[in-house]
Amino acid sequence: MADLSIDFCGVRSPNPFWLASAPPTNTGDQIMRAFDAGWGGAVWKTLGNPIVNVSSRFGGVDYGNTRLMGLNNIELITDRPLEVNLREMRLVKKRYPKHTVIASLMVETKEEWREIIHKVEDAGADLLELNFGCPHGMCERGMGSAVGNEPRVLQEIASWAVEFAKTPVIVKLTPNVGDITEPGEAVVRSGAPAASLINTVKSIVGVDLDTFVPLPKVGNASTNGGYCGPAVKPIALHLLSQLARHPECSKLTLSGIGGISNWRDAAEFIALGATSVQVCTAVMHYGYRIVEDMIEGLNDYLDEKGMRSVSELRGRAVPQYKEWGELDLSYRVVADIDERTCIGCQLCYVACMDGGHQCIHLPGRSEEEARRAGHTHLPREIPDRVVTAKAGTPGARVPFVDDDECIGCNLCALVCPVPGTISMKQVPSDRPPGETWNDRVTKGTDFVPGGLDVTAAVRAKKAPKQA
Amino acid sequence: MRVMQPRPALPPGRLEEKFDDKKPRYDAAEAVAEANRCLYCSDAPCIAACPTGIDIPTFIHKIATGNTKGAARTILSANILGASCAQACPVEVLCAGACVYNLWGREPIQIGRLQRFAVETTLEKAPRLFQPNPRTGKKIALVGSGPASIAAAGLLALEGHTCVIFERKELPGGLNTLGIAPYKMKGPDAIRELEWILSLGDIELRTGVEVVGGRASGPRQISAEELISQYDAVFLGLGLGADSKIGIEGEDGPGVWGAVDLIERIKAQPGFALGGVKRAVVVGGGNTALDIAHELSLLGVEVDMVYRRSEAEMSGYRHELDGARKDGVRLIENRQPVAVLRDEAGKVTGVRVQRTEGGRPLPGTDEVISADLVAVAIGQNRATQVALAFPGVQLDAKGRVVVDPKTHRTGNPKVWSGGDCVNGGKEVVNAAAEARTAVRDIVAALSGRP
Repeated sequence: MADLSIDFCGVRSPNPFWLASAPPTNTGDQIMRAFDAGWGGAVWKTLGNPIVNVSSRFGGVDYGNTRLMGLNNIELITDRPLEVNLREMRLVKKRYPKHTVIASLMVETKEEWREIIHKVEDAGADLLELNFGCPHGMCERGMGSAVGNEPRVLQEIASWAVEFAKTPVIVKLTPNVGDITEPGEAVVRSGAPAASLINTVKSIVGVDLDTFVPLPKVGNASTNGGYCGPAVKPIALHLLSQLARHPECSKLTLSGIGGISNWRDAAEFIALGATSVQVCTAVMHYGYRIVEDMIEGLNDYLDEKGMRSVSELRGRAVPQYKEWGELDLSYRVVADIDERTCIGCQLCYVACMDGGHQCIHLPGRSEEEARRAGHTHLPREIPDRVVTAKAGTPGARVPFVDDDECIGCNLCALVCPVPGTISMKQVPSDRPPGETWNDRVTKGTDFVPGGLDVTAAVRAKKAPKQA
Repeated sequence: MRVMQPRPALPPGRLEEKFDDKKPRYDAAEAVAEANRCLYCSDAPCIAACPTGIDIPTFIHKIATGNTKGAARTILSANILGASCAQACPVEVLCAGACVYNLWGREPIQIGRLQRFAVETTLEKAPRLFQPNPRTGKKIALVGSGPASIAAAGLLALEGHTCVIFERKELPGGLNTLGIAPYKMKGPDAIRELEWILSLGDIELRTGVEVVGGRASGPRQISAEELISQYDAVFLGLGLGADSKIGIEGEDGPGVWGAVDLIERIKAQPGFALGGVKRAVVVGGGNTALDIAHELSLLGVEVDMVYRRSEAEMSGYRHELDGARKDGVRLIENRQPVAVLRDEAGKVTGVRVQRTEGGRPLPGTDEVISADLVAVAIGQNRATQVALAFPGVQLDAKGRVVVDPKTHRTGNPKVWSGGDCVNGGKEVVNAAAEARTAVRDIVAALSGRP
């Protein structure tokens, strides 16, 4: 059994699984039920001056038969009196002293920040999270992402919080910026030791095509909301790792947020630098119970990899995240279709024909038929392999990959419905071993003929060095 | 860990090897695809329909996230016989029958097959899924090695207790090894599960040892008295007895089989063959009758099932009848056999039946159904007489061991019981559930808790 406990800026948490500040952490009762289910920490639904909310508030994006691939909301911070939240926070900490309670905060003036920080620390909060991310409603009042969007304002307010707080301060960042390292650097300058990201992505989730009201509908209108759920995970992974590999921002303790639904997602965030992970949408969809799988799955994974604690996983993938110019140009893969498990659906064929490089062929066609279908290069031989998989289409043929033409894009493997049937196998390349684009820039060989005349002329002047 | 004596394996050359799995194990891709169909219901009807209450949506969710080991943990924590139940359970009338997709006109989730995938793949890779508690020094004797006893032994061993299982036959496992239709589960699967259970803790299996009421004679017998005096607790998993007979002319002699006996030979007797049987009559309307009819049909025999009441009154499951019919079994309802017909050499040539009304034969309605094999599946006798040798243990009017349903404790405070000998003949999963109930009470009793 690996050690799942974490140290977050000196605060110990039983595991890295925290609930994000959102409806699942609206009340003390909910948070205590969540702790009973196994969650290691909870970021309280953002506290501040109570607000009023609208009805309805959420919109969903489905994909095929999968509900809530993405979720969007126009809910604001807590609408409950501060005193009620503080009383409940005190009770939660009393009953669950080893669990981590993080107070998410959003107020305007320096004096407000002073007061609220004092009050939540008095109620027992272990950590503070400054909500500089909320991209709807509050930002129009100069809070939330309005702060996160403006590094100087962010730095100023965060430094107030650092000044007032006895507990460590986490700054929650918005993804609605051009370069996440700018607010990241502002966090570092403010003296706050930690950042959490991402908050939701500014979004409109859909349009009712009968009433022409965007969704979610409030009377006969709607507004832009914050988008979250599995769909935003790749965006979150990128922004997290941007900070994790940044020379200054990497000193921050990071809490990863964005579409985390299971142990695997969590492990990916941790491998890209997160110390804790925060979950919202998956819990809103399936309930607190999902944490059992997260704890068990992460534990078994760490055991399997011989890692004794979750901290051994942290950041393991960061060094492998490189700039494009640092990638190995001589690495070459081609698709390989396993004829034993191919079911003959031909999805790889159509994807390659229309969205790839026309290198997957259907057996049994004449040269003319193949050319009419769109192939420009024909392999010498196309083996006629009948689909034999037990779930295969009777009489269907296994498509054939023309290795010479395959550029190794992965598309066929990505569309194949039978995982493992199409694998990408490494093959020799005629490019210099290990050479990157940056190497070519250094050597002056970063020029590919066949482009614009103007460019070629400029390069030609530089060329003598080469010759 | 105690060194186990080598257990008798199932030799090859058994007729059951000819059967294909009706529900083969999923590969990982198939399992994940099926798992992702599950709605992950809260307070799910499938859980309520499972006698052992496995948290089915949770284990399926774990398969979907790639946490297969966790899925097996969820299953086996609720039902230690999760491996055999995955194959032997009539999921159509239990979990899968309760799936919300049924009412929605969609295929229910293939819960049995997902369970089989999770448990089998996990135990192949990581059999040490559970760690037993430290030894308690308490000893429990278990009579019989069928599903109830091995489930109880496994759970008791995990609690740190020492278990000794006494099995009358040479081949252990009871009906799990000898009675499950081979297109659902084959003997070696049952033996593999048994071996896993034995590996969970301190369990000794003594095969070829019969528990007797009176004085034991020889090493192949042990007396009930000895068990009571030498063990801290006794669990009776006696199962059922020999096939019942109809009691008609011509029934005794070659060519007429008790269904359970015949299934056992198909499953476990090397070299056993049907020897040119072309037509068979199966008597009965329960699940054992459907099983043997289906098995014979799959072996190429033309099978008529004769049942004395109407199809609607059959106790056999509808889905089993549908499956048997699909494979060629014909049901002749409202008929009662009155004689087995034999030629001069004594060879079975057919069965004389009479029409029935409300289950009663109507004289003068005789018909003959030709057959060269007759399988009788009208029930099994009780094997519970030995239970009476334990003072205080009682049998009900139907010969079933009487227990307190909350604890599965018998009238003797040191004796518990479960499985077919208590419920009169149900599923493996019922035996597992009853064993768990008994074990909870045994553990409490041995620890001195009230």
